[in-house]
Amino acid sequence: MEAIALQERENQIHIKGEAPFNLVCNKDSLAGAISQRACVFCGSRVVLYPIADALHLVHGPIGCAVYTWDIRGALSSGPELHRLSFSTDLQEKDVIFGGEKKLLAALGELIERHSPKAAFVYSTCIVGIIGDDLDAVCRQVEAAYGIPVIPVKSEGFKGNKRAGYQAACDAMFRLIGKGDTSSISKHSLNILGDFNLAGEIWMIREYYERMGIEVVANITGDGRVADIERAHGAALNVVQCSGSTMQLANMMEEKFGTPSIRVSYFGIEDMAEALYDIARFFKDPAMMERTKKLVEEEVKKLATALEPYRKALGGKKAAIYVGGSFKAFSLVKAFRLIDMQVVMVGSQTGTREDYLELEAITDPGTIIVDDSNPLELTSFLKEKEVDIFVGGVKERPIAYKLGIGFCDHNHERKEALAGFEGMLNFAQEVYSSVMSPVWQFVPRKKSVPSSR
Amino acid sequence: MSKNPPRAKKPNYISTTNACKLCKPLGACLAFKGIEGAVPYLHGSQGCATYMRRYIISHYNEPIDIASSSLSEKHAVYGGGPNLKLGLTNVAAKYRPDIIAIATTCLTETIGDDVGMYLREYQEDTKGSVGLPSLVHVSTPSYSGTHMEGFHAALGAMVDQLSAGGPANETVNLLPGFVSSADYRLLHEIMAAFDLNYTLLPDLSETMDGPALLEYEKIQAGGTPQKAIRAMGCSRATIEFGPTLGPLTTGGDILAAKFNTPLHRIGMPVGIRETDRFFRLLETLSGRPTPEKYAKERGRLVDAYVDGHKYVFGKRAIIYGEEDLVVGMCSLLTEIGIQPVLCASGGTSGRLAQAIAEVTGDTLTEQPQVFEGMDFYEISELAEGLSPDLIIGHSKGYPLARKCAIPLIRVGFPIHDRVGGQRILHLGYAGAQHLFDTITNAMIAKKQDDSPVGYLYM
Repeated sequence: MEAIALQERENQIHIKGEAPFNLVCNKDSLAGAISQRACVFCGSRVVLYPIADALHLVHGPIGCAVYTWDIRGALSSGPELHRLSFSTDLQEKDVIFGGEKKLLAALGELIERHSPKAAFVYSTCIVGIIGDDLDAVCRQVEAAYGIPVIPVKSEGFKGNKRAGYQAACDAMFRLIGKGDTSSISKHSLNILGDFNLAGEIWMIREYYERMGIEVVANITGDGRVADIERAHGAALNVVQCSGSTMQLANMMEEKFGTPSIRVSYFGIEDMAEALYDIARFFKDPAMMERTKKLVEEEVKKLATALEPYRKALGGKKAAIYVGGSFKAFSLVKAFRLIDMQVVMVGSQTGTREDYLELEAITDPGTIIVDDSNPLELTSFLKEKEVDIFVGGVKERPIAYKLGIGFCDHNHERKEALAGFEGMLNFAQEVYSSVMSPVWQFVPRKKSVPSSR
Repeated sequence: MSKNPPRAKKPNYISTTNACKLCKPLGACLAFKGIEGAVPYLHGSQGCATYMRRYIISHYNEPIDIASSSLSEKHAVYGGGPNLKLGLTNVAAKYRPDIIAIATTCLTETIGDDVGMYLREYQEDTKGSVGLPSLVHVSTPSYSGTHMEGFHAALGAMVDQLSAGGPANETVNLLPGFVSSADYRLLHEIMAAFDLNYTLLPDLSETMDGPALLEYEKIQAGGTPQKAIRAMGCSRATIEFGPTLGPLTTGGDILAAKFNTPLHRIGMPVGIRETDRFFRLLETLSGRPTPEKYAKERGRLVDAYVDGHKYVFGKRAIIYGEEDLVVGMCSLLTEIGIQPVLCASGGTSGRLAQAIAEVTGDTLTEQPQVFEGMDFYEISELAEGLSPDLIIGHSKGYPLARKCAIPLIRVGFPIHDRVGGQRILHLGYAGAQHLFDTITNAMIAKKQDDSPVGYLYM
């Protein structure tokens, strides 16, 4: 039988219990291996994208802008400038003679048309090669229009998505510290790393408000430039999806002394733990009481609601492949809550610490994989006889082609999966795929007797 | 009587907002997916391949593996040759392809990578190894041309690098351009019904619309066989759909230049008149009359046009998308009494207006505004003064349709907000039947929904 992975990738796959943990990660994707990863630009673009009153101008040929047009289901309660796809659409003559003039003119035109509160200018591969001076152009436009105009150093080839997160954090950091913080409560926080997919940040904000905490800035779901400018006034940074915004929290801690905690809003356990951690941070007994009450109420509602799903789904097998590992921790726990077993878990850009944590919380025999590809994923799904695969758009056809259920847990999804309600939606999502009658027709079910 | 509105000037903005085009390498990857046993390969950074896969999957809901050289910063400085070769070896080892089809990106074009030279070196290095795939490469810098230029350049490269001459045979080459999987299937049926030996290039009928499987196929079954492509220089004629292809060097042009294969370039067979043209050509080439099946299909279509004509007459349509499809749709609309008021494309062939004038002829009381190089901001701006009743194009026009509160008839690529984009039939009498029913029912439904009565008959 042919090896599943290319030799160079064998050390990026680990099976819990079979060998000491020695997974290699955080390295460049192997040429020709068909990684599921995107690029630096993608990382920056998806993090900054939900800032709804900023202009997001992609400086490059048309592809980079058009493939990220309205890419996240990040909702806004007000302006929706972020949902438009702006590009300088560089042409051959711009590549030869330089694109600075076109960028300058495009920025002016768009700022006059839309009156944004700030502008982010994304660098793409080609801009890195032809050497346009983005800083100079941005400075010039900033002076002319009196709004922050911020270059995002996101040349696609300069690393993977993780480097793009860093570039996004660097860009946002330039905004922080500009706003007036005098009216901010001492019980206040910033939400980092939630992107308001399907309105999730509104649910989370409501929890904080019930606890008596003021939310200063959403970073970045339903984000606003003015809020981010006063983010340094918050007492705490609460960081989800730590891969994308932890760097910003670290920079803020260093410059403004803002402490941070890492949380996850997925699954009952992690959601409750997040709220308790925050209440403990503020050392206010009344707040802790309110938090306990909140969690109790929410969990009570959920326990009965989840029961039918647990019954139907108990014993089924799940596989997970997501962008960052932190989400995977919560998913492992969430599946456990509905009595399902996770047999494979992987991510595009997990760190060694992330994978160690995964190794700690998964069952023996679980496959743990870094920067995987369609052929590997396919063979894992088949080998483990998986009932549902959790991933993004690129993983979906892999599952469906083999007649395996699928749950979208990426930035395009339309169902809120965070928070207490999110756990119920998640169970429903899993249920509506696993329990569909369509699987009776797929070849997999016809040849495999109903032994499972 | 409709009156002519003052002719609007094309807006001339420097920035692009919501583009009505995709980049060149994406088109090349789509064309390569229509070749049997081929793995598309992008010589560039990792993101391009991933973005394009995601974009294509959202339309087809099918796996599409696009390999990448995954270039990083040091390769951008020292050249991407070593990674290209490593990637080829890895793809060959894991996928066992018959062909690796390589397209460049803006990164590798700008750093000046000579892919042709790298491939010759690679072939030299691997001389004597058995089972190595054929290598085909095309230059597709994303800063020049759209995905359609990429699509046709990829087919041109395929033919140029694989096809050879030889004793002439009875085969007819059919290069229909970028159409849906259902369209490619229909073309197979039509060519077979005329009893023609034919080579359909490319062929996405199976590769991008396959069945549910027990075993995952590393490379999806189907596509134009390499052997057939190699023999295309021996064919007795080439049919190519694409009235706006003029400025490009297409597969048909290359076959004509290298092997003197007569090239018949016609419009996409959308609607009765353009399909008639295609069938007349097939009658000539096959020496047979149109098979009865299609004569009957045409008869039913005419009958349906008559039954439904009142519901669509005088309606005003905005059409956008790939130039050749826009021309085809324009032809269909004018023959059923719908007035195209704005025809727009992100492409810049320089031939769109003329091609549209040719299909609309003197059937219109008001000539549509026709603009190339358009984005959706400009289309929306022009739409304001045009009182459209419907919009025809791919799913990215949805915000405009929503703003105007009028139906969007989804055709072409991409369809990201509905299932089954690959199964939309555009071509032939069957495609015209589908489009006519869809358009007519959309007009009827709009009137019914807007009516205070909620009537039960049309």
